Amino acid sequence: MGVEGIGARVARKEDKRFLTGKGRYTDDMVVPGMKYAAFVRSPHAHARIRGIDSSAAEGMPGVIGVLNGKQMLDDGIGNLICGWMIHSKDGSPMKMGAWRPIAHDTVRYVGDAVAVVVADSVGEARDAAEAVVVDYEELPAVTDAVMALEPARPQLHPEAAGNLIYDWALGTGEAETDAAIAAAAHVTEMTIVNNRLAPNAMEPRAALGVYDAADDHYTCYTTSQNPHVARLVMSAFYNVAPENKLRVIAPDVGGGFGSKIFIYPEEIVCLWASKRTGVPVKWTSDRTEAFLTDAHGRDHHSTVKMAFDADNRITALKVDTIANFGAYMSLFSSAVPTYLYATLLSGQYDIPAIHANVRAVYTNTAPVDAYRGAGRPEATFLLERTMETAARELGISPAELRRKNFIRSFPHQTPVIMNYDAGDYEASLEAAMREADWAGFGARKAEAERRGKKRGIGMSCYIEACGIAPSAAVGSLGAGVGLWESAEVRVNAVGTIEVLTGSHSHGQGHETTFAQLVADRFGVPIDSVSIVHGDTDKVQMGMGTYGSRSGAVGMSAIVKALDKVEAKAKKIAAHLMEADEGDIVIENGEAKVAGTDKTVPWFQVALAAYTAHNLPAGMEPGLKEGAFYDPSNFTFPAGCYICEVEVDPETGKTGIVQFVAADDFGNIINPMIVEGQVHGGIAQGIGQALLEGVHYDPQTGQLLTASYMDYAMPRAHDLPSFKVSHQNTPCPNNPLGIKGCGEAGAIGSPPALINAITDAIGNNDLTMPATPQKVWAAVNAAQ
Amino acid sequence: MYATNYHRASSVADALRLKGASDEAKYVSGGMTLIPTMKQRLAAPSDLVDLRHIAEMKGITVSGGRVRIGAGTTHAEVAQSAEIKAACPALAHLASLIGDPQVRHMGTIGGSIANNDPAADYPSAMLALAATIVTDRREIAADDFFTGLFETALQDDEIVVAVTFAPPERAGYSKFPNPASRYAMTGVFVAKGPGGVRVGVTGAGANGVFRHAAMEAALTGNFSAQALSGVTTDPSELLSDIHGSAEYRANLVNVMARRAVAAA
Ligand SMILES: Cc1cc2nc3c(=O)[nH]c(=O)nc-3n(C[C@H](O)[C@H](O)[C@H](O)COP(=O)(O)OP(=O)(O)OC[C@H]3O[C@@H](n4cnc5c(N)ncnc54)[C@H](O)[C@@H]3O)c2cc1C
Repeated sequence: MGVEGIGARVARKEDKRFLTGKGRYTDDMVVPGMKYAAFVRSPHAHARIRGIDSSAAEGMPGVIGVLNGKQMLDDGIGNLICGWMIHSKDGSPMKMGAWRPIAHDTVRYVGDAVAVVVADSVGEARDAAEAVVVDYEELPAVTDAVMALEPARPQLHPEAAGNLIYDWALGTGEAETDAAIAAAAHVTEMTIVNNRLAPNAMEPRAALGVYDAADDHYTCYTTSQNPHVARLVMSAFYNVAPENKLRVIAPDVGGGFGSKIFIYPEEIVCLWASKRTGVPVKWTSDRTEAFLTDAHGRDHHSTVKMAFDADNRITALKVDTIANFGAYMSLFSSAVPTYLYATLLSGQYDIPAIHANVRAVYTNTAPVDAYRGAGRPEATFLLERTMETAARELGISPAELRRKNFIRSFPHQTPVIMNYDAGDYEASLEAAMREADWAGFGARKAEAERRGKKRGIGMSCYIEACGIAPSAAVGSLGAGVGLWESAEVRVNAVGTIEVLTGSHSHGQGHETTFAQLVADRFGVPIDSVSIVHGDTDKVQMGMGTYGSRSGAVGMSAIVKALDKVEAKAKKIAAHLMEADEGDIVIENGEAKVAGTDKTVPWFQVALAAYTAHNLPAGMEPGLKEGAFYDPSNFTFPAGCYICEVEVDPETGKTGIVQFVAADDFGNIINPMIVEGQVHGGIAQGIGQALLEGVHYDPQTGQLLTASYMDYAMPRAHDLPSFKVSHQNTPCPNNPLGIKGCGEAGAIGSPPALINAITDAIGNNDLTMPATPQKVWAAVNAAQ
Repeated sequence: MYATNYHRASSVADALRLKGASDEAKYVSGGMTLIPTMKQRLAAPSDLVDLRHIAEMKGITVSGGRVRIGAGTTHAEVAQSAEIKAACPALAHLASLIGDPQVRHMGTIGGSIANNDPAADYPSAMLALAATIVTDRREIAADDFFTGLFETALQDDEIVVAVTFAPPERAGYSKFPNPASRYAMTGVFVAKGPGGVRVGVTGAGANGVFRHAAMEAALTGNFSAQALSGVTTDPSELLSDIHGSAEYRANLVNVMARRAVAAA
């Protein structure tokens, strides 16, 4: 490991610009003649649109145009789509209702767009938006997914009878699973609710659509985690423009957490409106608009049965989940509670029979899609709450129950598709328990009791799957796209290097870690390496960043391109030094003939490639190679989290006194950045467990948590200093042996926290978020 | 935000004149409540009259047995004031718990009490300290000042110039912050002063800040947390929302009151 190579704690190259306020985000983009959009949004959760009168708005100062959904339909702009086909148990395809970028006949959630105003200033656009008169016929609404499935509830889409999108199953046959449960020595049964979350990236969504009539060409600046996929989808499905006439740029993006994977109505509208009005159109969400319209996360209601034999080994698991999809099917919504959730229900355990059934349901709420962890936090919460409960019921320690059931040999085929390639779950468990001083907990609890506090400890052993792949496999499961990644490595004539990557960085630090990879390979300073991403005109087709895939998939593509560059560079160096190609090593910024003192500096190899004065016979000039990498399997990060809390029984307030994370991410490129990812993930997991929750009024469908006055985000003050450590079983399936670390914190932490609180208060009946009010009520109920 | 005209007042008289010049004008102090409301387009004053640069509304003095805090004094200034820490440390503590550092350096005591948010901290202290609200035209007892949710005895153009109170013998404030907003889900200020024991409760009342008569009676003979052990709070008069039911708030009132007394 060099000071800047793989494994080094290199400070983030991008931070200077971010920390000095010099980042360039979509809202910072200014183009000549640019105007501003404001959306007219439905104040009703469910209503028919009888008419829209925009005459008053059109006459207001600064207004350039007021556009509606009918015009969009007339212009041939297509429906928004969900890109992953799921088939129900009966073989029928999922029931996708139409999602118009601007509603023209029915609105289905508070915030649904009904018209858009383009004006000289944001203020004028908003003034005029308020003057658009929409005649609504209000319809009854339903916000809860369990209720939406009941007979005689409001119906959202004619395509989906009973609001049911699909009824899907995975794993062992139901009868076989039931039989195993019936034969069990003990069965733990639970109802588990996974609360709905709002993603809350620091930068709200924004889009700038620029139509150039001279070239009949569109440019879209947008807050996207995957600009190439945005271009593909906007071209192929929404008929905005053919791909060669559409450039998508995702510049600096201030956090995504999944919410910026999806293609939303607003970017399509800005592009379309730019052509319609003849001016570039910019829209920037405000925070309340974000709460209303950013895709939410989670919102599962599940029942679970976990069966054990007399030796406390799990013999079967049966899970029935109802997933709330909101009013429309967002881009990857269908995959989240199926292939990203049910496939992880084996956890770290050897479970011979698993049957999972998932029903996806429409409700009059914002669309729900992937949010940090996407399906895996839901699976982990369900399993780890159940394991903890089972340990309590069986009267054995939570660690012992887990140890007894750990998978110990690899590869391991689960009953739910996944084939785990490597892992050492015991190692993380041991490390976490040691770090947390598990053995000393009893004394700490007694001491807390003397202070009137209830102290509890809880653990969670999570597994997740990253780098969703291989493409052929996900294709066979219904994915509409391939899930590979691309890279191009361009060595310039003076030896500096540009890496063009299809991954997108919106907080992950790619400008640093990807450069470390290159620096490590050639021994050049990382400052001579630039990472280029986020612009479809600059970078070859790529798949973007989500599912912790940029390391395992994105960097593997870079490795493949580097291999090709290195091979060619060696040929050139061998030619220059009249040596055998096989004897060339490239390190410390120079090419050497092994075992001799013959060297050529790196820049001379590059220069030789571009002057082409003296290249091996038949070699093409230049030093630039591209690669596409399609993984052969998912990767499987895993670990053990332990949380220790103190509850104030008088107020129900939970204080986190200790949080330990022991993660196995395989090999690590930059430990500092990995720790940062874990810290952020745990903060969001603690947010879910303790503070965050989207509330809709069940009668009216109004969003009650539409600002930070009511939606509780975790603050520094709510969090302890995390104790983070890493174990390492390298991933055998990619060249770097890395697994991915972006989501683990959010996946592993919620059950650890709830297990700790329920341990403290002696009442297992507690839902997330465990607000002071709920914990207080649970404390009282236990007494 | 709707378009608005900004005016900087140089004196109380100047502020009154500027306000009178327009029907739709509003005073602004720290702007920590008014500006967010305007940004959300829930308020649309045609004119803003800025009170922050009026010398006579600034500063903290203690003399003749009374503490005087100018209405334009920021929460941070109260929290850090040596005079307040000496005369009524509980009030400095209260100010230190408001919002975050940015809010504390902009928001003012005058703006807070004029706004009378049912979850604001200061109103509880004003009641418990039997404070006097000094305006440009009269003096109003705190008991008469806070009249309901976001309602006060102020006339439309009336300006809060200062608040005054006699330093209490003992006082304490205990706050349970709302997990989202960090305003008071319940805050209880207890004070034993020249006029006896007074208990102000904020964040919990369905009609805003209120005095807790049963607690005052219990503490009068015995100013101790134990004296409150038998006192109950009626949930039927309390707020209920997604963060806390009336029953939960009733419990918080009792717990915060005991802790406030213990801290006094
Ligand atoms: C993020 C955040 C967190 C907060 N947390 C808390 C908290 O924990 N506890 C708490 O108590 N408060 C909290 N606040 C509110 C804060 O304390 C405000 O500063 C205060 O409520 C209003 O004071 P201001 O000076 O900012 O008034 P402004 O916003 O300027 O004005 C508020 C209202 O009072 C009127 N007004 C202002 N000054 C006068 C005057 N001298 N005479 C007559 N009328 C006047 C204005 O016309 C307006 O109607 C928070 C605010 C924010 C933004």
